[in-house]
Amino acid sequence: MNKKQIIWKHKHLIGLRDFSREEIEYILDTAHGFEEVSTRNIKKAPTLRGKVVVNLFFEDSTRTRNSFTLAANRLSADVIEFTEKVSSTSKGETLLDTARNLEAMGIDIVVIRHSAGGAPKFLSRNINACVVNAGDGCCEHPTQGLLDVYTIRKIKDSLEGLKIAIVGDIAHSRVARSDIYAMTKLGAEVILVGPPTLMPAKVEQLPVKVSYSLDDVIGQLDVINMLRIQFERMGVNPFPSVKEYSHYFGLTVDRMKKAKKDILVMHPGPINRGLEMESEVADGPNSVILRQVTNGLAVRMAVLFLVNQGAMMQDKKERLEGQ
Amino acid sequence: MSKSLLIKNGFVIDPANKINGKVNVYAIDGKIADVGKIDKQADTVIDAAGKLVVPGLIDIHVHFREPGDEEEETIASGSAAAVAGGFTSVVCMPNTEPAIDEATSVEYIHRMGRQTRKTHVYVMGAITKGRAGEQLAEMGFMVQAGAIGFTDDGSGVQNPAMMLRALKYASMFKNIVISQHCQDNSLAGTGVMNSGYNSTILGLPGIDPLAEEMMLWRDIQLVRKTNMRYHVQHVSTARSVELIRQAKKEGLPITCEVAPHHLLLTDDACCDYDTNYKVNPPLRTEADIKAIKQAIKDGIIDALASDHAPHLKSEKELEFLAAPFGIASLECALGLYIKALIEPKIIDWPQLVSIMAEKPAKIISVDKGTLGKGKQADITIIDPDYEYTVDVNKFHSKSKNCPYNGWKLKGKVEYTIVGGEIRYSAQEN
Repeated sequence: MNKKQIIWKHKHLIGLRDFSREEIEYILDTAHGFEEVSTRNIKKAPTLRGKVVVNLFFEDSTRTRNSFTLAANRLSADVIEFTEKVSSTSKGETLLDTARNLEAMGIDIVVIRHSAGGAPKFLSRNINACVVNAGDGCCEHPTQGLLDVYTIRKIKDSLEGLKIAIVGDIAHSRVARSDIYAMTKLGAEVILVGPPTLMPAKVEQLPVKVSYSLDDVIGQLDVINMLRIQFERMGVNPFPSVKEYSHYFGLTVDRMKKAKKDILVMHPGPINRGLEMESEVADGPNSVILRQVTNGLAVRMAVLFLVNQGAMMQDKKERLEGQ
Repeated sequence: MSKSLLIKNGFVIDPANKINGKVNVYAIDGKIADVGKIDKQADTVIDAAGKLVVPGLIDIHVHFREPGDEEEETIASGSAAAVAGGFTSVVCMPNTEPAIDEATSVEYIHRMGRQTRKTHVYVMGAITKGRAGEQLAEMGFMVQAGAIGFTDDGSGVQNPAMMLRALKYASMFKNIVISQHCQDNSLAGTGVMNSGYNSTILGLPGIDPLAEEMMLWRDIQLVRKTNMRYHVQHVSTARSVELIRQAKKEGLPITCEVAPHHLLLTDDACCDYDTNYKVNPPLRTEADIKAIKQAIKDGIIDALASDHAPHLKSEKELEFLAAPFGIASLECALGLYIKALIEPKIIDWPQLVSIMAEKPAKIISVDKGTLGKGKQADITIIDPDYEYTVDVNKFHSKSKNCPYNGWKLKGKVEYTIVGGEIRYSAQEN
């Protein structure tokens, strides 16, 4: 793959909405280079040796956190795990104080997951370390968006002209938002599918199409990304029952018969088997769900590497300006 | 011993008495004695050449946080902020801790206001006990203690039967207004900003404009039934404006107010998650601002009110989801109104004075808002063209949660005179 020459300047990864097509492609190309590390006998590169990465997770997560930890380890960084189950609204140390305390210990990169949209941006304004967003409320989950397009690009070569459906709880999904930005910037056509009660406000202003019928669109799709129904984010029932939801929006074996033979089936995990999709589909030949997880590692290595590079670039610039 | 005050050479604007020109104002013993081409000896003489002399400005919606949150604001600090902003009267909202829902609290606020000797401090009591929306508060006793109206401000009365009962009951008292923060909680949900494209991309829960409009529509039906005088707080949407326009056309006893942030800021301002822009009702869209400005031009809006809502830095220095709602703007409110309404020529000065003094006085049924003979000498003297930069560190308010910090505004308050006494002078500040 011929790597486009751009000068990477960003020391934070807050959201894909802020990035250009070229920048997203640059991250994907960098990730491609890191894939090789995981195939070595000794699965390590010295890239971030002496750097400290903190996983600052205010929400439950297993795969994203493990993926970031492994990515940092493969780049030889030291990793601190910081898990805070207390929500920000309850009394306790503020997010800002927590971050400042960690920074006082000399950390270089903060990987943050938080239930409040905007928490990573808030942090990046107030501390010097690099900030990587590992999911903030209903706002963005940029590394998931990146690994999704990485996975598609790897199999289909390009996203240009592809029809991709994102199905489910769009309103509460940070994955959907990051996917929309990444996929449309790379030239794909995105169709959001789900009941109107799970669509966000002014969805028509996003660069997407909207459909309330999975059956109507499934035949045209090159990729289908089934979102997890997040019961914990729903205050009121946006649909009458799980059974009715599955009837209209579940990816069943029957429904798959209407799809293109080479459709890619994706899911950000963890799957509610039998709700978003039947097990036969999740484990079937079109499923790339586990490849998404594998690719997530390379993508997160690339992100950690690049934000660190961005920080070094900025430090250098400041030093030069200081002289 | 009588004390006299002469304000000479100023340009006097008194819409109630149709005065709009260069005349002098003479006051004896705290009351207006004469307005005209008079020249008398006085104990105090103010040369107001090049300045506007207007009836003392009235802000019918402020939060002075006392009792309960004195670290954010007190009657004393809030009153100092008020006179610095040119306001000779303010109305404190009852969403304190505990809520102002009985006569003793009302008396307490009045007493603190008097002792501070800055601005007149009026009180709206809570409609329901503890602002919980379940049982009527002792409105009668609060009226006797001097409350000028009632509201559960901070939230609306959710239950329509409860609201109907409140309007009916209150209608037996003279010169009282029932005022509502229109927000249907079932529609507002856990929202923290306007529901729209921006809330979608920011991943923050939105407050649908319908939350405001639905309760307003409901209340209009209740007002039609009871004919009780009703006031809509901080109107923020284009449809709310239309509902009020129709209700007024119908002749219903409805008034309304608009806050400066709903004239100058849109939800675009939330895009950096700066919590100084987190306010309730939330910042809306350009279309809403346009409709509100048109309504002001058409005389549909009766009052401008700051909704001055002070909060500590530590409270605002949080994630957007977690920070409290509110903007502190009492001290720069006049400049904001000038920027929003006078500079783009939406209205002229007499119209501005009308909705900042004359009409607000009528809403709260106080004999103020004019420079008529015999009225209390509450007067604000303004240098309309003086440009200054908002600096929160110079605020008299205890809180600095003001998104206008650094803005260049016109309209400097030179003197704030309450009952014939100079309670604020720019030279001494």
